Amino acid sequence: MSGFASFFQHLAASGIDLPYFYDPFDAARFWHGLLVTIELSVVTIAASTLIGIIGAWMQASRMGGARAIANIYVELFRNTPPLVQLYFFYFGLSTLLPTIQNAYGQHLPLLGGFAWASLSLSLYAGSFNVEIFRSGIEAIPNATSEAAESLGFTRIKAYQHIILPLAVRICLPALTNNLVNLIKTTTLAYAIAVPELLYVSGQIWSDRSNVPEMMVTLLVIYLILVGILVAFMRGLERALRKPGLGT
Amino acid sequence: MNRRVILAGVATLALIGLGAGHSQAADELQQITQKGVLTVGVKADYPPFGFRETSGNIVGIEPDLARDLAKRLGVKVSFVPVVASNRIQFLQQGRIDVLIATTTNTKERAKQVQFVSPNYYASGYNVMVPKALKATSWDALKGKTVCAIQGSFYNRGASEKFGLQLSAFAGVAEALAALQQGRCVGFLYDDTAIEGQLLKSQWSSYDMPLESQDAEPWGIAVKNGADALGAKVHDAIEAWNKDGTILELEKKYGIKHPSAFVVKAHDAATKG
Repeated sequence: MSGFASFFQHLAASGIDLPYFYDPFDAARFWHGLLVTIELSVVTIAASTLIGIIGAWMQASRMGGARAIANIYVELFRNTPPLVQLYFFYFGLSTLLPTIQNAYGQHLPLLGGFAWASLSLSLYAGSFNVEIFRSGIEAIPNATSEAAESLGFTRIKAYQHIILPLAVRICLPALTNNLVNLIKTTTLAYAIAVPELLYVSGQIWSDRSNVPEMMVTLLVIYLILVGILVAFMRGLERALRKPGLGT
Repeated sequence: MNRRVILAGVATLALIGLGAGHSQAADELQQITQKGVLTVGVKADYPPFGFRETSGNIVGIEPDLARDLAKRLGVKVSFVPVVASNRIQFLQQGRIDVLIATTTNTKERAKQVQFVSPNYYASGYNVMVPKALKATSWDALKGKTVCAIQGSFYNRGASEKFGLQLSAFAGVAEALAALQQGRCVGFLYDDTAIEGQLLKSQWSSYDMPLESQDAEPWGIAVKNGADALGAKVHDAIEAWNKDGTILELEKKYGIKHPSAFVVKAHDAATKG
């Protein structure tokens, strides 16, 4: 390990400064930053997909109220910038929520930066996911749901067991696109001081003036992270493929 | 006709050249006494060091120091508002005679202009916390979340030295909003800028009780080569240190924590 560190120390002396390989302080915050980015990505991918599934079901619902809620939600979150949403949630909305008073007389908000970033980014990406799932659902012929109903499926059971599984297969490529975008959008969390990769990299490069090295590092890491997601989604597409459906 | 125009042009250029040569040769101090005005570059956006009153006049600790300096030279004072990005150039171009504008005395800048010894003030980083925290040492903040500004050069030092958990925002407004919402117990920033914030009523329950860290000295600068003027400024700073002028001005402008640097200089001047 020390040989490893000293190699990068020599490299730094020769002009390529990658402190997260040899400086314990920078290494700790950098790798923690990577962990936070991964956590944020996993949480928001799961939550936004769930929001997409539920929202698309609500959009197709027979209840006008549910349809209206889903539509208003989509318009609101799809049509406003994610950074503005993040600031709105973190600085605006959170002051209206109940707070806990600490020993120093400060009113502590219930949710911290990570929680707000997760919520805000999930809602943002979820609004796109609703439309993506809707496109999949609408591609399923009406005859399919009629057939399900004639076999005694309730609407929700038909959605769960027949429509959604087929719709998912159709909308997977579009879903992959949006989730890739979501991973990249997690960098916005730096604005509310969530110590994710971009945030810690910014701290490191302002301490060490090694902007080019950190930029390249960031690009490579996001390429790898997104590459993993894309590979997983491709695998899912292949595993779920049903002959005769879609292409 | 053409020749006349050219001749006139050449003559004008020669006159300008003579004038410029003349002003360079003459001493800055003589010029100032001849004009009867000392032109000083000060901040207009940095309360309480240099800021505009509601009437529009520039006031503050540094304008007051400039006024005192002019009085010592027996001339009137005139202020030119400067910002960090133009203040050195203003001095080099001769638009101002003296620069008193929260300027940290760095080696880089000392190559471009002449800093008068001794330095008159110093600024370091400090933390603004609720009075109720009753912090008496930096150790009280160990492991606590403290708001900061992204990219500040002291962020790393403060977290390494005192174990602060920094939550760094893009700008002062965001960091202060986060502090007000209780997302952190303190705000890590320049001590002089914190003093400015503490003057506002919204921060009345906050204070800066700890000792400033890594203080960097502020210098008063004159143009390179303006030695006679520099000597006068030097005498003025010595006098201020002796009679405690700067400490009085700090009090006058509501600074609650006398600068340790100035107190030390005052003690040294009165004892020695």
